[in-house]
Amino acid sequence: MPAPIRLRELIRTIRTARTQAEEREMIQKECAAIRSSFREEDNTYRCRNVAKLLYMHMLGYPAHFGQLECLKLIASQKFTDKRIGYLGAMLLLDERQDVHLLMTNCIKNDLNHSTQYVQGLALCTLGCMGSSEMCRDLAGEVEKLLKTSNSYLRKKAALCAVHVIRKVPELMEMFLPATKNLLSEKNHGVLHTSVVLLTEMCERSPDMLAHFRKNEKLVPQLVRILKNLIMSGYSPEHDVSGISDPFLQVRILRLLRILGKSDDDSSEAMNDILAQVATNTETSKNVGNAILYETVLTIMDIKSESGLRVLAINILGRFLLNNDKNIRYVALTSLLKTVQTDHNAVQRHRSTIVDCLKDLDVSIKRRAMELSFALVNGNNIRGMMKELLYFLDSCDPEFKADCASGVFLAAEKYAPSKRWHIDTIMRVLTTAGSYVRDDSVPNLIQLITNSVEMHAYTVQRLYKALLDDISQQPLVQVASWCIGEYGDLLVSGQCEEEEPIQVTEDEVLDVLEGLLVSNLSTPVTRGYSLTAIMKLSTRFSSVNRIKKVVSIYGSSIDVELQQRAVEYNALFKKYDHMRPALLERMPIMEKTATNGPTEIVQTNGETEPSVVEPKHPPPVTQPTSQANDLLDLLGGNDVVPVIQTTMPTKPASAGGELLDLLGDLSLSGGPAPAPAPSVPSSQPSFLLDGLSSQPLFNDIAAAGIPPMTAYNKNGLKIEFTFERANPNPNIAVITIHASNSTEADMTDFVFQAAVPKTFQLQLLSPSSNIVPAINQGTVTQVIRVLNPQKQQLRMRIKLTYTHKGSAVQDLAEVNNFPPQSWQ
Amino acid sequence: MMRFLLLFSRQGKLRLQKWFTPMSDREKKKIIRDMTTMVLARQPRSCNFLHWKDLKIIYKRYASLYFCLAVENQENELLALEVIHRYVELLDKYFGNVCELDIIFNFEKAYFILDEFLMGGEIQETSKQIVNRSIEASDMLQEDDSSEWYEVELFG
Repeated sequence: MPAPIRLRELIRTIRTARTQAEEREMIQKECAAIRSSFREEDNTYRCRNVAKLLYMHMLGYPAHFGQLECLKLIASQKFTDKRIGYLGAMLLLDERQDVHLLMTNCIKNDLNHSTQYVQGLALCTLGCMGSSEMCRDLAGEVEKLLKTSNSYLRKKAALCAVHVIRKVPELMEMFLPATKNLLSEKNHGVLHTSVVLLTEMCERSPDMLAHFRKNEKLVPQLVRILKNLIMSGYSPEHDVSGISDPFLQVRILRLLRILGKSDDDSSEAMNDILAQVATNTETSKNVGNAILYETVLTIMDIKSESGLRVLAINILGRFLLNNDKNIRYVALTSLLKTVQTDHNAVQRHRSTIVDCLKDLDVSIKRRAMELSFALVNGNNIRGMMKELLYFLDSCDPEFKADCASGVFLAAEKYAPSKRWHIDTIMRVLTTAGSYVRDDSVPNLIQLITNSVEMHAYTVQRLYKALLDDISQQPLVQVASWCIGEYGDLLVSGQCEEEEPIQVTEDEVLDVLEGLLVSNLSTPVTRGYSLTAIMKLSTRFSSVNRIKKVVSIYGSSIDVELQQRAVEYNALFKKYDHMRPALLERMPIMEKTATNGPTEIVQTNGETEPSVVEPKHPPPVTQPTSQANDLLDLLGGNDVVPVIQTTMPTKPASAGGELLDLLGDLSLSGGPAPAPAPSVPSSQPSFLLDGLSSQPLFNDIAAAGIPPMTAYNKNGLKIEFTFERANPNPNIAVITIHASNSTEADMTDFVFQAAVPKTFQLQLLSPSSNIVPAINQGTVTQVIRVLNPQKQQLRMRIKLTYTHKGSAVQDLAEVNNFPPQSWQ
Repeated sequence: MMRFLLLFSRQGKLRLQKWFTPMSDREKKKIIRDMTTMVLARQPRSCNFLHWKDLKIIYKRYASLYFCLAVENQENELLALEVIHRYVELLDKYFGNVCELDIIFNFEKAYFILDEFLMGGEIQETSKQIVNRSIEASDMLQEDDSSEWYEVELFG
């Protein structure tokens, strides 16, 4: 067989390939040749073949069949073979293949080889890719070499020890004795790697850290070495642009940082040298700045005296003015870290930081933006906001969302006046409206509602903005909501803050209807505008027009719109007497955390809900006391009571996440319990399932889950039937059937239920409040239970009714749910 | 600690890859793709630092080659630039006015030099001369291997 081609030859050939296919063909041919050569166990050319394989591996082709060959090369006596063999091992093998363990013995032998370069190869390979098993086996050898006087080997052994410690932290102790006199070396290589080793040990173990601080007096040693580096004259071997061994200096500074952190004595001992480095280092080249940067980081982290800290911040300030982008970037990053602790010092550089917002470099702009937000306070809010809004206008889309959120946060914290606040929000909505986060819409609505005196001004400005542009959904949503609420102020031209505009009711309705038909509006936006139009029916006089619009959408394809329109129609037709009350102005809302997630609210009518609720007609107090009782009686901390949903509509839904809860529209005869506050829930998927109301639930047999008797006492029997007729498998739909076997009716029958906290419960309206005697009929009611964690269903129920003139009340626990109902 | 060092051309062809932590082949390929895309997309006069996942990426272009070094978050980026520069100087001294072709045709030598300068993600030797001397001595050992006279000298 002819001798395999040389490496250079192969490289040259492959480079002549003009297409990927051609290259692949060449490589496959060569791989085949190499494979057969390997099979022949050819010692002479193995090295050459593996080298070629490594080249092909770099091009991206598989080379795993060469792994064993690398091991054979490592075992060879020739240095050339070992060199390529170890390189191959580092490139082709790693701890995931069992094959690598076969190396252990070779490495062990080579660690004791007579030639230091062979020992070096072994140390290097072990230190780069040694697995935990290998490290355990060979740690002793490494430790031995750590004590040798050969500086070439000692430095490699030190880094190898670092790797061993990283892989097997328990072995750290065994290297401790060898570290004793590492720092008395003159050789920089050894010094550097020793500092790395000491750093690794101190970072990993607080005990080691304490040991090195107290017993070894590490700080004075390091200070001495650093001082020599700075004071010593030119040393050709380690000089970099006039600075002596910057790599070692930086490494020492880093170790000093770890030693000085939270330790007064150590910090004091290094004070002078830090000041010296900070003032004497040449700053014309990157090298000097690298050292200054590390010094600043160290000063900020240890317990330095204030003069030193000010010096550090000033260095960063100078960095900000440097022409070199990298240095400006690094300064901004460091200032961001220190802005919390040294706020005032950083404030002094505010104008430079704000200038960086205009920098062309993306990384610098981002850092400058983050830092600017951190620097905003009550004093500089107006000026800063001007700059930040200008930035928002002109920045890349990737920044807009974060910038908008930051502006909202800052405005909320430091707004000097309500008008300024609203103006700022308007500015953000109009310039970056499509990038604001989803939860800003409800937050803004809340803010606007609470600024009572600004309503006229706000609605006017929003209206004008709508006339200009209807493409930015958050803006449109907020604007529709406001127009719905304050349309009367708009039309009456009552604005004090600025020149009131003349607008008629028809014009306003035109705009809102325009939103409904526009292609730019999302379904959520359409929902907002329909609701807004509805609200105007109590504020405007052109009710007929509104009635027409509402009835048109009763047959809309969009289910959400259809539902709303149908309900609003019902309001017009059957419940017109309730309409004014339902569509009244929103009350002042409680504030929530600005950037917290919208919470899933389970109210019991007693606590103020944390998201919007429409104002309900007066008899709200009754269910509240009922709810209180439920809480009291059911006791326990793990049950959350739920109020029945009885009122048909929640016409206004602020916040895109709140979908209208639809209860039973047809209230059957008999006094319904006083309307209770509905349960707002922001789990759209849950509610969407409930949007198609009652009729579904009559289909009992669907899931095949056996019915059960939940309660049977004093003639009152309550049966539960189950089904899972909806796409969400976590929801169980239970229908209760209450029957009365006594000879007298049970009137004012109220069924209440509570479930453990991991569940959510929704009770729909009962069919009636009278359970007729002698089983002549049943009262049915639907319960929907959301059980995302698929836990065992438990329920506590409370029954109240009047029987033969006396009030009866009973509590029971229902635990016998069939497993299919909750699994 | 440094996590990896990549050298690639302006067309995105890989010339050298050194990994300081174990990773699967698939991960490596993905990282190479990500790095080349990110770095090659940078504007000519941007700063040399990038953020990628939880690492800092420092890159610098020398002639037709991009040197891309990934370090952990607590490392000093400005010093990383010096590390890259030192490696280039070492290559330059060894090859004499190094260019991309030198690294293509002598990739194993580039690795040997790197392994004398860095180890396990840390700097091993801060002196240029010592690194060069070690490489030269190792090369001499290789010469001895191929010389037929070695054994004769030993016993003769």
